[in-house]
Amino acid sequence: MSEYILNKDYFIKVIEDLAVLAEEKKDYFSELDSAIGDGDHGMNLSIGFREVTKNLDSWKAEDISTLFKNVGTALLDKVGGASGPLYGGFFMKFGLPVKGKEEVTFDEFIEMMETGVAIIEKRGKAKVGDKTMVDTLRPAVDALKAAYVDEKLEPKEAMKKAAAVGSAGSDSTIPIIAKKGRAMRLGERAIGHRDPGSASSTAILAIFYNNMP
Amino acid sequence: MKRLINDPYDVVEEMLEGYVLAHKDYVTLITEGEAQGRVVLSKTAKKKDKVGVIIGGGSGHEPLFLGYVGKGFADAAVIGNINTSPSPDPCYATAKAVNTGKGCIYLYGNYAGDVMNFDMGAEKADEEDGIRVETVTVTDDVISSENIEDRRGIAGMFFVFKSASAKADMGADLDEVVAAAQKCNSVTRTMGVAMSSATLPSKGGPIFEMEDGDMEIGMGIHGEPGVRRGKIEPADRVVDQIMEPILADLPFAKGDEVYVLVNSLGATPILDLHICFRRVAQILEEKGITIYKSLVGSFASSMDMAGMSVTLVRLDDELKELLDYPCDAPYFTQV
Repeated sequence: MSEYILNKDYFIKVIEDLAVLAEEKKDYFSELDSAIGDGDHGMNLSIGFREVTKNLDSWKAEDISTLFKNVGTALLDKVGGASGPLYGGFFMKFGLPVKGKEEVTFDEFIEMMETGVAIIEKRGKAKVGDKTMVDTLRPAVDALKAAYVDEKLEPKEAMKKAAAVGSAGSDSTIPIIAKKGRAMRLGERAIGHRDPGSASSTAILAIFYNNMP
Repeated sequence: MKRLINDPYDVVEEMLEGYVLAHKDYVTLITEGEAQGRVVLSKTAKKKDKVGVIIGGGSGHEPLFLGYVGKGFADAAVIGNINTSPSPDPCYATAKAVNTGKGCIYLYGNYAGDVMNFDMGAEKADEEDGIRVETVTVTDDVISSENIEDRRGIAGMFFVFKSASAKADMGADLDEVVAAAQKCNSVTRTMGVAMSSATLPSKGGPIFEMEDGDMEIGMGIHGEPGVRRGKIEPADRVVDQIMEPILADLPFAKGDEVYVLVNSLGATPILDLHICFRRVAQILEEKGITIYKSLVGSFASSMDMAGMSVTLVRLDDELKELLDYPCDAPYFTQV
């Protein structure tokens, strides 16, 4: 059996799908944010990914690391707010473990995910249970490692499991109060509402899964 | 939607283009490099050897922030998307643009996004240019948290910006400017009420639904839900419910002297604001608190939101001197 490889075409397709997601789900993410925040989450992702789309063709010749550094920089520059540094940071760091590479192994992919999620945790100073995107991303990455390394699932099956765990993590934000971000000040009034960042993170994980060979 | 805009994706850039044309005697827009067209710079910036005062935050709160860039007031404002903090590079570029060698201060409302972006800008200014940048976040909204350091910044930002800008213009060093900003923030308290949502340009509709005839006590300037929703009551009753938590929080006490701001969130008429101010003055008189000076108008808005906030600043001689200090900016001038 040859080794499982994710090539640059996969990652480019992921980026293209993320841009489509940002447009299609703009109102949905903003609606979630309206309930417990300031209603801008969808618009901000859309502003960021429009910048990505505008430049993506000129980035396609770059290696995977540089490609994602460019995506992250575009989000950081164009979005602002919390989403800019968080998702911008995720993508800027995502490619760091695979500098100069045109394709990556699944072990490397897991390392990329871990590196990206770690910067979100660090920058947002958030942990699981704070009602943020970390409630999706941390359990998903942990599940990805466990499924692939310990349970020896096939790569795509492992990512499927990670995406499901991430989705459940997003669900888990609904009945809790927030400990970070604007929703933090709502106290019990945040209960009953899904965290918008956890929703967008869930959708992003699904795109990584859906495009896997 | 009852807004006069073009493409919703262009609202900030088009506003800035218009702003610098309308107020060309006061400001310019830095378009090149890291500023990314999001830095409004005073024409008086770097004209004297002083600490650079930088304010900023999301758009949609005009005349906050750009309206307070001018002589004797802030040297520059960094402008974000609607309700969204600016990104790190414009924050960094602003420090470079206003630093005279005495360092800079970032002043903005205490929101997670703003803190992340401005902190990254400050780190870059230090690492790449050796510019010392200090930060004071404004935390005047009494109802937003029990912990003062978790509170968000709303209309009281005006006073903190004004105090620090005056101190800097007097030639104080960075530590003294930081101390002035912290002092003003520590004695500034605000609370608001909203009666409708702002219209989000991107959505062409309200951020959140609000029944006609309802009000929400304690709502934030981005439409963050407040503490209690109910039917709109007479102005005096509403002011009573706002004043009580404000007075109890600091607390303000008999014999205190205060600066008062009754602020419109955008759609509340000046007529109504004065009816509210009248009640604020009555309450303060009953409590034995003296009004030193007052401002009534729209100083920190949420676009077309109907609503009002009351800010009180407890004064001492230093704060009086700073708040009375002459300044000339497009949205606030005093001689």
